[in-house]
Amino acid sequence: MSEQKLQSQTVQTTGHAWDGDLQEYNNPLPVWWVYTFYATVIFAIVYWTIYPSWPFGKGWIGGVSNITYVNSEGETKTHSWNTRALLMEDMNKAAVAQKPYFDKVSAMSYEQIAKDPDMSGFILSSGKALFADNCAPCHQAGGQGVVGFFPNLTDDDWLYGGSFDTIHETLMGGRRGYMPTFSEVLSGEQIDQLANYVASLSGVDHDAGKAAAGEVLFHSETAACYYCHTNNGTGRKDMGAPNLTDNIWLWADVPAAGGAGGKVAAIRSVIANGLNKGVMPAWAGRLSPEQIKVLTVYVHELGGGQ
Amino acid sequence: MQTGLEDQLGLYQKRIPIFTRSVKGRFRRFKTSVLALAYAIYFLLPWLPWSRLDAPAQAVLFDLPGRRFLIFGLTVYPQDVIWLALLLFIAAILLFFVTGLVGRAFCGYFCFQTLWTDFFIWIEHKIQGERPARVRLYRQPWDREKVLKVGGTHALWMLASFWTGLTFVAYFTYAPQLVLDFFTAQAAAAAYITTGILTLSTYAAAGLMREQICTYVCPYGRFQSVMYEPETLAVHYDARRGEAAHGRAAARAGQRTLAERHEKGLGDCVDCGLCVQVCPVGIDIRDGLQYKCISCGLCIDACNTIMDSFEFPRGLIRYDSEKNLASAEPAAPKVQWKRLKTIGYGVALVLMSAYLVYSVATRGSFDRAVNQIRQPLYVVLSSGDIRNRYQIRITNKAAQDQTYVFSARGIPADALDLGNFREITIKPGHSGLVQASVRLSPAVAAKTQHFELIITPLGKPAEARSEKVRFDTPGKRQ
Repeated sequence: MSEQKLQSQTVQTTGHAWDGDLQEYNNPLPVWWVYTFYATVIFAIVYWTIYPSWPFGKGWIGGVSNITYVNSEGETKTHSWNTRALLMEDMNKAAVAQKPYFDKVSAMSYEQIAKDPDMSGFILSSGKALFADNCAPCHQAGGQGVVGFFPNLTDDDWLYGGSFDTIHETLMGGRRGYMPTFSEVLSGEQIDQLANYVASLSGVDHDAGKAAAGEVLFHSETAACYYCHTNNGTGRKDMGAPNLTDNIWLWADVPAAGGAGGKVAAIRSVIANGLNKGVMPAWAGRLSPEQIKVLTVYVHELGGGQ
Repeated sequence: MQTGLEDQLGLYQKRIPIFTRSVKGRFRRFKTSVLALAYAIYFLLPWLPWSRLDAPAQAVLFDLPGRRFLIFGLTVYPQDVIWLALLLFIAAILLFFVTGLVGRAFCGYFCFQTLWTDFFIWIEHKIQGERPARVRLYRQPWDREKVLKVGGTHALWMLASFWTGLTFVAYFTYAPQLVLDFFTAQAAAAAYITTGILTLSTYAAAGLMREQICTYVCPYGRFQSVMYEPETLAVHYDARRGEAAHGRAAARAGQRTLAERHEKGLGDCVDCGLCVQVCPVGIDIRDGLQYKCISCGLCIDACNTIMDSFEFPRGLIRYDSEKNLASAEPAAPKVQWKRLKTIGYGVALVLMSAYLVYSVATRGSFDRAVNQIRQPLYVVLSSGDIRNRYQIRITNKAAQDQTYVFSARGIPADALDLGNFREITIKPGHSGLVQASVRLSPAVAAKTQHFELIITPLGKPAEARSEKVRFDTPGKRQ
């Protein structure tokens, strides 16, 4: 076989012979392959000079290619080329582009911002992004909240007040909503009476007899509901005590509960168990003053404010 | 034994050079007029001034960074892409329509490949002389004369190509500034790249490749062939008249007049070959209708010139239909449009063009989008009322600042709340966002499924546009 091949083709051998007649053809690599290989070598050397490549001491050889950008403080930064510097370049470009708007935000009053069509457009878009990043996990993407957990920001009821200043205060310092547990103080029957009374305040189906007894309890020192919710049940904004007479339900999911019994039961459970989960974190220090100002206006516009 | 591959014919034929003879006549005049008109429009349009408040004073400017196309008094935005689609449809149907009637008229008279090739041949003719001189120059060794003449031709071609490329770029930026920047190396990279690509492709297509573009590259020439019908007018050689019983023959003594030729059974064709010499795609029309023919009509002009000089009747080569040529007694050729296909294309053309004109003439001065905010779909307020919110985006397409006011129809007068913006003023070409909310009592809300939001440009009640929007309520609808 090999003899036949050797006869039919005239290919050079490497000159070695093993086991008597075992030889190796000298087939050089195809020319295109060799030149491609040389080209890759040249490419690599060019690449090393332009881009970061070899580790060197505690750092690396940066290459001659640089990325230069101006940050929002006006400082010029230069890095050797790397993907992080690319990202920083993009981020700073965006920050520089936004800066005039944020400068305007800090210079203008809330009312001025809300009434300027140009700024209002900026608030709508930048506020939406800030809200989505920071607020939406609890208050949901559109600010609609979750009944029983997080307040709805799009309605016209403001637990702590809906003015620009109170919203700003809420954002800066956070809030902590609290209602004591009454199951240890009151009997089950008393709680039922109170629940019927609260239902009656918002016109939800209830037992009139129990509600009358509940009204007495509401204003008595035993339950002392009126301390926080006031005599007529309209709540106190300085401490975030909700208005019980409106159609908005924060903790007890009354609209979704089935039948008159179910609705009263939902209220009963809130009175019996109390609340210690109305926690809103403070954002001062986490967001810049301009960002908080943008969010203040954004949240104010969500529900129309007060 | 296998013969070597080198003995076989190559797969690709080498181009046979074509040296066209110039000719005078109706079709030549028509082609020259179209060329002059098309070049005047293409090369001068970017330099036509047009005063504008917010854009460079250029009549036709495709402002890509500004996302707008300024065409005289009209500003077209990307949202108007339907116009472009319609325009392309109209162009396609127009091509089908015309091809069905008079064949490849687009190829022969209007295609830019034909126009630029024609112009380049004209340059060649001016420098190197008439056909015989060019053939002689081609065969001549590379001496001083040939280098100068051929080099000069190519240099002028290159110049024409360059100006073609630069003119194209001038449609996309303010032309005087572009030319200034271009030669001071300050223009955008895109300008240099585009000009470079167009210069080279124009030079290659019109100077070097010429008819090969039509024969091998262009798809339109191919698919226009299938639109030919027996009634379609095309450039035809009247073989029956030209060949008669004993074929064509030169006009020698004894067969010079029609009477002598007819007696001998000779055709009217004197076989002068002029129709072949003038053909820009290098075919012999006497071989019959063929795919390379771009129907430029130059062979008709050439043949008519010869027929006139012999005092034979004109029209040995003429626009005629296959059907007419094949009939026993051919009538005078005429455009035959009474066919279902042609009428169909015609109707489609008229309808689409009418719609395009209507759409451009009556377009609103602004674009609007009213989106219901879906998170949440509705809000129950403390009074029990239901509120839906909407985001209104308005793009001002007019040429000046415009104020817009909002109103609603189908809901109580006080239900629409626009917060801080009863009206909004928007700069030309810009967009504005407005938040609106609608508040309805539960009883009204249950009955309201939709209402109309009306946006009125201040002082132009005729341009008001209304938008039907949804109103959502909790629970099931009655």
